[in-house]
Amino acid sequence: MLIRRPADILPSEITPRSVYLNRRQLLGGAAGLALAAGLSGRGQAATLETVKSPLSTDEKLTSLQDVTSYNNYYEFGVDKGAPATYAKTLKTSPWTVKVDGLVGKPGEFSVEDLIKSSTLEERIYRMRCVEGWSMVIPWDGFPLADLIKRVEPLGNAKYVAFETAYRPEEMPGLQSMFPVLDWPYVEGLRLDEAMNPLAILAVGLYGERLQNQNGAPIRLVVPWKYGFKGIKSITRISFVEKQPVTSWNKQASDEYGFYANVNPNVDHPRWSQATERRIGEGGLFVKRRPTLLFNGYAEQVAQLYSGMDLRKFY
Amino acid sequence: MDARSPRGAAKSGFAVPQVPKIALYLVGLIPAAWLFYHGINDNLGADPMRYLEQSLGLWALRFLVATLAVTPLRQILNVNLLRYRRALGLLCFYYAVLHLTTYLVLDQGLDFAAIWADIVKRPYITIGMATFIILIPLAATSNNAAIRRLGGQVWAKIHRLVYVAAIGAVLHFLLVVKSWPPEPLVYTAIVLALLGYRLIRSLYRKIAPQPRSPRRAA
Repeated sequence: MLIRRPADILPSEITPRSVYLNRRQLLGGAAGLALAAGLSGRGQAATLETVKSPLSTDEKLTSLQDVTSYNNYYEFGVDKGAPATYAKTLKTSPWTVKVDGLVGKPGEFSVEDLIKSSTLEERIYRMRCVEGWSMVIPWDGFPLADLIKRVEPLGNAKYVAFETAYRPEEMPGLQSMFPVLDWPYVEGLRLDEAMNPLAILAVGLYGERLQNQNGAPIRLVVPWKYGFKGIKSITRISFVEKQPVTSWNKQASDEYGFYANVNPNVDHPRWSQATERRIGEGGLFVKRRPTLLFNGYAEQVAQLYSGMDLRKFY
Repeated sequence: MDARSPRGAAKSGFAVPQVPKIALYLVGLIPAAWLFYHGINDNLGADPMRYLEQSLGLWALRFLVATLAVTPLRQILNVNLLRYRRALGLLCFYYAVLHLTTYLVLDQGLDFAAIWADIVKRPYITIGMATFIILIPLAATSNNAAIRRLGGQVWAKIHRLVYVAAIGAVLHFLLVVKSWPPEPLVYTAIVLALLGYRLIRSLYRKIAPQPRSPRRAA
């Protein structure tokens, strides 16, 4: 159960009720009403203008309640409910993302500027967690490739490394006596993966700015990879020549590969990846569904890995 | 587990108020009732099946730990909960049955091919199943008739299998999680402390046998 404390908020930041009522999602009927119930009383709401994308799936969305209450964000604790409870302490405004390394135009980008200078798209993606569950989430964001083009990577830039904020005073999980990972959280992509149109930097979901437990204010979404690749609350993006040492890969390299592409034929050493449970489907009597190669995005991404042994490069 | 105190039934220490054993069973099954009630009403969060499955397993482990704590509590603090130990052990078994049933029916949907693949390929499932199988003879002989039939010494030997089950249970827990989160580590530490205490005590008694002990340790 979540007990929300009222956020510190300027009156000008509160979205008028009329705007809520006109929102596209709300016209959907019951789902919209449930959403409105979820949003009322939440201060950070800031409705995003988005355009639709042909890359979106038309599968049934996972409810906002589930998307915002069942999270893996170990900086706030290892329980699925911990991020929703504890992530409020993270100060997400102002927020800048430092872009450095092998680029012609390094710099600091404020999230607000990135939002203003981008055409935000709604991308409804499947999200498959390495633990064997999945969701369908309507992200709002812009292609990672847009940012990459702006900073002009140099010829020797082969990989992109991402880093999450490291703020022990705002992230209780970092104060734990048992560090679960070697902080700060680091993720990475090959440059061509990062340039793939499916890869986005998300700043919102369900038409609202991201809540902290989902990785506010800006996070990576790479839907053909396991969820842990979708690094949250990004503070730094570095262009590098060598494959970055990513957090989960460092923690257990035999279990979490650098690529971490969703693949039903390559099991986690300790559990099968052949099937998944779709969150919000069936309650106690949830039925497993087959997991798809590249999480169903093979058409868009399979060519990135042609000739590679996916069992070796898991 | 050796139920006899080396110096006979010393009656000092805490006087534990006696409650009917049936009350312990009823209280012990409250978590299961709570979980099933909220599960049926879809009130266990975003991933209710997983929550139910994990909670039942955790309660089995908690009752296993409680069972193992009875002897050290009596020997160190002179708190005698011996008359409740059978109930604690059986509650552990009941939760293990519910945990396994949830895995078989709700998690795997009785897909026996998938279940068999899990058992042979996934060490945490292999260990979990083995642990459950160990608990079966212990539960089956947790009654006075079995003690009479087997004789106290044989019965006690069989019931030492609970130590193996405890190690299996925490290994099962450690192997199912990602990385090394605190909770399974804490349970592992508790189980190791409870077993380590017994080991040290038995070694100590081998070196320095009690003068009035009727027989030497084998």
